Amino acid sequence: MVRFFHAGGYVIVSHPGSPVNGRRVVFSLQLQTVTLIPGDGIGPEISVAVMKIFESAKVPIQWEERNVTAIQGPGGRWMIPPDCKESMDRTLIGLKGPLKTPIAAGHPSMNLLLRKTFDLYANVRPCVSIEGYKTPYTDVDLVTIRENTEGEYSGIEHIIVDGVVQSIKLITEDASRRIAEYAFEYARNNQRNSVTAVHKANIMRMSDGLFLRKCREVAENFKDVKFTEMYLDTVCLNMVQDPTQFDVLVMPNLYGDILSDLCAGLIGGLGVTPSGNIGANGVAIFESVHGTAPDIAGLDMANPTALLLSAVMMLRHMGMHDYGKKIETACFDTIRDKKVLTGDLGGKSKCSEFTEEICRRVRDMD
Amino acid sequence: MAASSAVLSMSKIIKPIWGGRLATTAKVFGATVSSRREKSTVPPPAKYGGRHTVTLIPGDGIGPELLNHVRELFRFSCVPVDFEVVNVCSATEDDINNAITAIRRNGVALKGRRNTLTMSPPVSLSPSTTLDLYANVMHCKSLPGVQTRHNNIDIMIIRENTEGEYSSLEHESVSGVVECLKIITRTNSLRIAEYAFKLAREKGRKRVTAVHKANIMKLGDGLFLQCCREVAAGYPDIAFDAMIVDNTTMQLVSKPQQFDVMVMPNLYGNVVSNVCAGLVGGPGLVPGANYGRDYAVFETATRNTGKSIADRNIANPTAMLLASCMMLDHLKLHDYATMIRNAVLTTMNETQLHTADIGGQGTTSEVVQAIMRNIQSKGPLTSEL
Repeated sequence: MVRFFHAGGYVIVSHPGSPVNGRRVVFSLQLQTVTLIPGDGIGPEISVAVMKIFESAKVPIQWEERNVTAIQGPGGRWMIPPDCKESMDRTLIGLKGPLKTPIAAGHPSMNLLLRKTFDLYANVRPCVSIEGYKTPYTDVDLVTIRENTEGEYSGIEHIIVDGVVQSIKLITEDASRRIAEYAFEYARNNQRNSVTAVHKANIMRMSDGLFLRKCREVAENFKDVKFTEMYLDTVCLNMVQDPTQFDVLVMPNLYGDILSDLCAGLIGGLGVTPSGNIGANGVAIFESVHGTAPDIAGLDMANPTALLLSAVMMLRHMGMHDYGKKIETACFDTIRDKKVLTGDLGGKSKCSEFTEEICRRVRDMD
Repeated sequence: MAASSAVLSMSKIIKPIWGGRLATTAKVFGATVSSRREKSTVPPPAKYGGRHTVTLIPGDGIGPELLNHVRELFRFSCVPVDFEVVNVCSATEDDINNAITAIRRNGVALKGRRNTLTMSPPVSLSPSTTLDLYANVMHCKSLPGVQTRHNNIDIMIIRENTEGEYSSLEHESVSGVVECLKIITRTNSLRIAEYAFKLAREKGRKRVTAVHKANIMKLGDGLFLQCCREVAAGYPDIAFDAMIVDNTTMQLVSKPQQFDVMVMPNLYGNVVSNVCAGLVGGPGLVPGANYGRDYAVFETATRNTGKSIADRNIANPTAMLLASCMMLDHLKLHDYATMIRNAVLTTMNETQLHTADIGGQGTTSEVVQAIMRNIQSKGPLTSEL
């Protein structure tokens, strides 16, 4: 359980799962340091946009920029640069732009490396309809929480005989319990009413059955949050007909991947969807999940909304709800107004103009 | 017709003399009869007296009442199909084996969905895998009379039905660690890709999209994708592309009109078919078919039992009726199929008689009555209302 204590200008957060039991993490209400990973392609531009907006809002955050291009450590194992790791371990909060995965570079994807290095076990994606960016679906307000370490994406595959391939889906008790606990805590901390476990235990009896059992056990400890379970196909069917019936969804890796992207599609795509990854040792990395868009990189045409909303998610995680609300409102107001919009939102403005408009609104709010 | 009656009369004569050897003789004559029928991938079942026998598996939930309506409608329209009803109680293996034997006997089945409880036998013993019904085909088309968020959807989904994630191969190596195996084979992937392209060509479709997750499951889905590409090379008139499953779902909810024919392994097929069914108006509207080399089973596309609306006369009969039309097409009874299908679609689109799931007030029986009235108004071939 995450606990907040306010004591003389400091907010003390106690987080389980830390290496030393009960180690307290201090978030000072004074200047906070956050590791910033701009990324590739449009990453640097949108990072600059976010930094500018935070400056206008006078958020007490200082940024530490780091690069995550993989390097080969001793023994030939690929890893992220040690200065990045050191920074993250110290600040415990990260904001990341899009990273490109070069083909045939010999190393695995950077996202995978980050995930493994910091044991980012939960991927949280809140999907809220954006007023002003019209999609066929209105009033969407749900959160998908996806187990990020095991399941179908364990990467364990073999060719048994020529022409027969076996992929292994791994479900463990610990990981299932961990993600279920996170989901219920998230629901409780963010005033959500219900948690729905998405599974296919009628077909995959043992694996999804284990996941479901753990969810049920954890639900017992969180009686204030309603717990339901639903088959994956029923969720998909109902999601496209009436997404308002869902609140918080928790699920294993593959279903989470598909459903979180489905929900992103409901609100307008990856260009406007925030995302956060929670790690085991109190580390949290918030990121934009869209691509690097190399075709518009450097042309001041990028849309910083996804990274901005992820940064707002980050502020809420750090307890700075007021700042988060201010920036989010400014962003939504700008989009609703439709006067200054980037190309992908249907407008003709530049990234810098869009950023400036949000900054102006933020300043006017004070 | 003449040949089969010849068989019957011959068998009557031969019986006292040959006794036990009758079967062989009948088979010889039977073989001659069938070779005169046109060649197709799945041969239509033998006709006795001009009537077909089809296995009917009511299942649970809304299955029984909807299938009763189908039978009622067939009787009313004088469709030459007799149903052999096989009840499957959810929990035992014997019942499922009986059903499978019945399907083997008749070659064609129409079924409702049975509840898959945790006690019931696993998927590996289900009809799909035992009868090798390897292709699940679903056609999602926007109906003009139904209000949905997206229009002009016309997608055919072909889903591999026997392997992939549904192999039911799971074990708990260490307490608390469960492994579930997903099997992809070259033969099955080639087979389903071949089926998809052949169907696309038959129906005059322009593009086939393979849905996969080969960036993560490099060997498994990589093999599937490779097989699709190999088959695509043999069909230069049809465009082929591939899309990752999460991107596919995102595109489906924003721009479903871009998809034409989609082919995919088992689990993604489950997800995508449910998403598409939701897009065109819900589970009550879309029929599905499972084809194998020797057998064909027809049902509603999304396999829900509809427990909560069972026996309340509010279920939408459209999906089951359209599935029965697909069955009639398969049996080469095209006239009856077209007649019933047109009646169903007219009731849906012009008369606008809708059940609750698509926003109307009608009951199931009202809809079926309206369909029957429509059929009667078209002319003869019907009995008294």
